[in-house]
Amino acid sequence: MSQTAIKTDWDFPAFAGEGHHEVGFIRTYIFSTDHKMIAKQFLAMSLIFLALGGTLALLMRWQLAFPGQPLPGGGIFPDTMAPGGIILPEFYNSLVTMHGTFMIFFAIMPLLVGVFGNLLIPLQIGAGDMAFPKLNMLSFWLAVPAGFMMLASFFVEGGAAGAGWTAYAPLSADGEFTGVYLGQQLWLGSLFILGFSSIAGAVNYITTVINMRAPGMTWFRLPLTIWALFVTAILVLLAIPILAGALIMLLTDQTLGTAFFLPAEGGEPLLWQHLFWFFGHPEVYILILPAFGIVSEILANGARKPIFGYFAMVLAIIAIAFLGWIVWGHHMFMSGMNPLLGTTFMFTTMVIAVPSAIKVFNWLGTLWKGNIHFTVPFLHAAAFVSLFIIGGLSGIFMASTPVDIHIHDTYFIVAHLHYVLFGGSLFAIFAGITYWYPKMFGRLMNTTWNRIHFVGSFIFYNLAFFPMHGLGLEGMMRRLYDPTQYGWLAELQPWNVFITYAVFALIAFQVIFFLNFIISMWRGEDAGPNPWRANSLEWSIPSPPPHGNFERIPVVHRGAYEYSAPGWDEDFVLQNEPPSEEAVQ
Amino acid sequence: MTTATATRPEPGFGVYNLKLGMWVFLLSEVMFFTSLIGAYIILRFAHPEQFAAPGEVLNVPLTAVNTFILICSSVTMVKAFAAVEKDDQRGLQLWLVATIILGSTFVGVQIYEYIHLFADGFVPNAAEYSAGGGPLYGSTFYLMTGFHGLHVSIGVLALIWVLIRSMRGAYSPERLGGVEIMGLYWHFVDLVWIVLFTIVYLI
Repeated sequence: MSQTAIKTDWDFPAFAGEGHHEVGFIRTYIFSTDHKMIAKQFLAMSLIFLALGGTLALLMRWQLAFPGQPLPGGGIFPDTMAPGGIILPEFYNSLVTMHGTFMIFFAIMPLLVGVFGNLLIPLQIGAGDMAFPKLNMLSFWLAVPAGFMMLASFFVEGGAAGAGWTAYAPLSADGEFTGVYLGQQLWLGSLFILGFSSIAGAVNYITTVINMRAPGMTWFRLPLTIWALFVTAILVLLAIPILAGALIMLLTDQTLGTAFFLPAEGGEPLLWQHLFWFFGHPEVYILILPAFGIVSEILANGARKPIFGYFAMVLAIIAIAFLGWIVWGHHMFMSGMNPLLGTTFMFTTMVIAVPSAIKVFNWLGTLWKGNIHFTVPFLHAAAFVSLFIIGGLSGIFMASTPVDIHIHDTYFIVAHLHYVLFGGSLFAIFAGITYWYPKMFGRLMNTTWNRIHFVGSFIFYNLAFFPMHGLGLEGMMRRLYDPTQYGWLAELQPWNVFITYAVFALIAFQVIFFLNFIISMWRGEDAGPNPWRANSLEWSIPSPPPHGNFERIPVVHRGAYEYSAPGWDEDFVLQNEPPSEEAVQ
Repeated sequence: MTTATATRPEPGFGVYNLKLGMWVFLLSEVMFFTSLIGAYIILRFAHPEQFAAPGEVLNVPLTAVNTFILICSSVTMVKAFAAVEKDDQRGLQLWLVATIILGSTFVGVQIYEYIHLFADGFVPNAAEYSAGGGPLYGSTFYLMTGFHGLHVSIGVLALIWVLIRSMRGAYSPERLGGVEIMGLYWHFVDLVWIVLFTIVYLI
């Protein structure tokens, strides 16, 4: 595919491909500047971390169901973690912390932003590559050492960080409190480096979406995935530096003897919480907005109907992103913060339910009277909507300060966050991976095994996480090492055993997905350019797209959701299909 | 580069990628310094007794001169950009050298200031340097000025790189993106210092 074939009416100064040239193995697969390869690299990295995070969750579930009993095969752990296979409380703290950290920063966030951002932004806006391909490469190669650094912390003296993924000070600020010194510092350093990776990515995404849209690709013809990723990139850009500042202060507290967060010397532990959640709440939307975009795309495709209320969907994304900045205090109702301020945060938080509900009703409106094709991506997307409703509603419970006093830091919170992050984000990720897998690898994943994976995941996901609501209401504390030490929780122990078995089954079904994912690369059916009969620009070019993506920069004539438009033979119209004579406009 | 972009019709913003990317990046830098300055403001309001009065510990006249030097370096940076716009290569290089010298002087004076403060016992966790005792004054001072100094140092290194490229003839009125974004970064760092000088030294 020759890049020199690109001829448009004007010079494309920002265009990345400087003519096609053969590149070696290392430039193709390792230090690649091609956005599609970087997306695949992020995919491989984050799926590995997803598996790792799942493994840590399994260890935790074993301890919760069978506290004090040796882990089968637990002899491989050193005595500092699990002597004789019995998980130590300190190791359990590390497991809780690192499960959260890996899942949020190294699995869900790179999957949504790193994979789909890199893959879809140039393809769906009709660009040859990102605005800054080398910066894009740097973004990936900063994430990898950050991941290794985080992993390495398990093997240093004192073990991995154990102060929770929120690293509340003063617990995290002085190694004396947790017995973790270097581990906590590696945790801080790793997230700091990952922050550079995220900001490099965000700068790239924002510039690319603003400047490199193909002719005719106006803002309101953009697929909702691009809108979601664009707004997410703005959140990343503005939220991550706040975390970086807080991480540095915590690191100097640990190492240089400063006292930003140490109350004994005048520091303010609440300051850490404010800084962390001022980053952390936009982060929550970083983890869900791209999922909204993916689901909108796939629901419209499955229903063969235009997305209901496109404009309202865009405004809802922007509204959620904006409101996300003024609600951080709802994580801190129990922190001793001024109650009046808490009431303000309660109000702003509940307001977020409005744009969220707009999105849900528009998804339902999209499905209404649609000619629904139950493809695997569609199943995952529909599951997303149902589970997000549950997670969203439990969110409103917690936003109410009087209710939150009862359920704060209990398993109700654990249930809620897994309903939005696993039931929400991860199901959307499954939808996205199964939907764009053919575009990435040129082959379809095996549908039968994918359906088995979906059904198993959906059932065992709910069996695992729904009972946690009840445990939380009964007062089971989050991050608790041994529930049986409390009488009122010991009675509920059968529930913990049940949840653990459900998690075992849930993870077993994920193995099916991983195997299907890998085997389909070689054995999958040939996908062709447009297996889902979809409209957006990436489906107008071969799968996988060649280096530089488009032979000619496409000219866009319509929005991304013109399914079943009258006047066309097919029930879809590619965005760059020239208007036909007989088409009713 | 600008001319080529200027003729390009919608849908872009009419700002070429490099410049737009730098503006976007500077937004994240604003948030970074906001977190540091915000922490300082909160800690200072919460524990005013830990902070010394202006001029008591810090050498205000010296830093005022240093501030003037940094502002001058912004002027020379503007002159460098003006030179490349007129394709005045010699002017570009001279003004870049001037900016590098002024920027390095700023960093040098800051290091000199640090050495003296350290010698006086004013270290990041210095407890005895505030009326009520406690390390917050030193903590916040070194955090904010240190990270600003780091930004200036990175800027000086970047300026040296731009200078080397300019000697190889990389810039012309059509290709001046590198000089322009360098200028944007440099003015940003300058602006941050004016805020820091005001709230750390003067108030």
